[in-house]
Amino acid sequence: MSINIYRHEFLARLKSVITWSIALVAIIVFYFSIFPSFADQAALLNETMSKFPPALLAAFGLNRVDLSTVLGFYSLVFLFAQLCLAIQAGNYGFGLVSVEENELTADFLLSKPVSRVQTLNSKLLAAFSCLIITNLVVWLTSFVSIELFRSGRTYSAHSLILLLLTIAIFQLFFLSLGLVISLLVKRVRSVTPYALGLAFGMYVLSAFSGLEGVSYLESITAFKHFDPNYIIVHVAWNTPLVLLNVLVILVSLAASYWLYVRRDIPAVS
Amino acid sequence: MSIIEVNNLTKFYGKSRGIVDVSFSEDEGEIFGFIGPNGAGKSTTIRLLLSLIHPTSGSAKIFGKDVTTHGPEIRRDIGYLPSEVYYYEGMKVKDLLKYSASFFEGDCTQRIKELSEIMELEQNRRISDLSYGNKKKVGIVQGLLHSPKLLFLDEPTAGLDPLMQRKFFDLIRKENARGVTVFFSSHILGEVQRLCTRVGIIREGKIAEISDIRSLQQNNYKKFHVTAEGLNPASFDLPGITNLQTEDSTVNFFFKGDINAVLQKISGVQVTDLIIEEPTLEEIFMHYYE
Repeated sequence: MSINIYRHEFLARLKSVITWSIALVAIIVFYFSIFPSFADQAALLNETMSKFPPALLAAFGLNRVDLSTVLGFYSLVFLFAQLCLAIQAGNYGFGLVSVEENELTADFLLSKPVSRVQTLNSKLLAAFSCLIITNLVVWLTSFVSIELFRSGRTYSAHSLILLLLTIAIFQLFFLSLGLVISLLVKRVRSVTPYALGLAFGMYVLSAFSGLEGVSYLESITAFKHFDPNYIIVHVAWNTPLVLLNVLVILVSLAASYWLYVRRDIPAVS
Repeated sequence: MSIIEVNNLTKFYGKSRGIVDVSFSEDEGEIFGFIGPNGAGKSTTIRLLLSLIHPTSGSAKIFGKDVTTHGPEIRRDIGYLPSEVYYYEGMKVKDLLKYSASFFEGDCTQRIKELSEIMELEQNRRISDLSYGNKKKVGIVQGLLHSPKLLFLDEPTAGLDPLMQRKFFDLIRKENARGVTVFFSSHILGEVQRLCTRVGIIREGKIAEISDIRSLQQNNYKKFHVTAEGLNPASFDLPGITNLQTEDSTVNFFFKGDINAVLQKISGVQVTDLIIEEPTLEEIFMHYYE
């Protein structure tokens, strides 16, 4: 760990952290603000929902939730938040070392007296610190907007905390997976398409995994590992899937270090 | 004592050739010129020595330590000026230099100030607003600010105007006088001749020749263009003269040997013009490959 690299990397992402945080606050507050009117018309809503084909509801993860409850509705909002968090974390992961190579500043950094391991330690910690800030913003916004809009309805704070606790691992998953993919491909020319592809790809897989016969898909998508419906309904994490997720993180990180230490930094051409 | 010691260093990028079986050494306090055309493997060699890339086979030592296993330690005393300079675009010059200095022990503030003054570098501009030449100056200052013991210069003069080039060369000479060892890569023979004591010539990934700069010049052709009325080409039939050609009243030839012999010949005629040229690098290579 080298404090100057950490500081540099952290400051380089600060603007992005602020932007993502504002976006997440807006999404959570906006969506949750329509909860009272939803809850008031719960009977009508549930009747309408029952008319949809079950497969469609399953695809959107709406088959098990009761949108008239605080956390039932919140789990839907949380899914949107997860999508944003996945894109942000993926972005940092894919860009962690590739941006430096694309903008050709890798030569500057790696000709300094620091080892590759130190460099990657500092970069990962800086990116993760940034993600923690966004994480905390989601925690705070969630509690505040639930308090603002629950209009007297009760909810289990325990379940909510269980759900919010998943964020850190969820972010780490996209950060480390993005990093290892960026090191496996020859060159990441632009970070955003990769991050969007990974996040939306996993989201779509998660939607499909709700369908009959393809439930094995849930083992490969982080959105199912931390499925908000599951956590709210069961008041527990889906332990095997969470462990699987942690395993993917550990393997990705180990592989990233292995690849980065051996990596040939491409020259300017 | 050898500062750089390279043994059979080989690098392939997949199947494409980087360098093959390169061996040489550089002593403390030397300015070693590393010349060759683009794509010959100059940058590959430097990047291997800085462990930006890893060798396919062979090894290299700097300060007596292996570059692949002691990289960080070695780089404490190395300054590097890459051929193309790229820095964090959003940063200001002074912040970049401060960031660069933060990797090294000791306070570099005074030295940054001195170097920036010499190179006429403005501290408060953003990297993204700098011209190519000005970025190069940032590169020079950041490569020297920690007073390294060994300097890698990879085609350092590209983008610098002649005045700055001179200041830069003076700076390098001053550093060298303090005992700094310099590894100078270039494809411009002239600047290598001005600065270096010994040169290695690399072509197509292989070392073609390592020699003293003086003997390299002595062993080389000079190009003569003599213009005079009624010139008899046959009179230039001296030993050491090749490629004799006549063009109107001008005689062109290559000469290798004691230059006085030719000058005596020429002094016998009424010359309207005389040009004596250094061979181009390409011509030297032709010489080595004939």
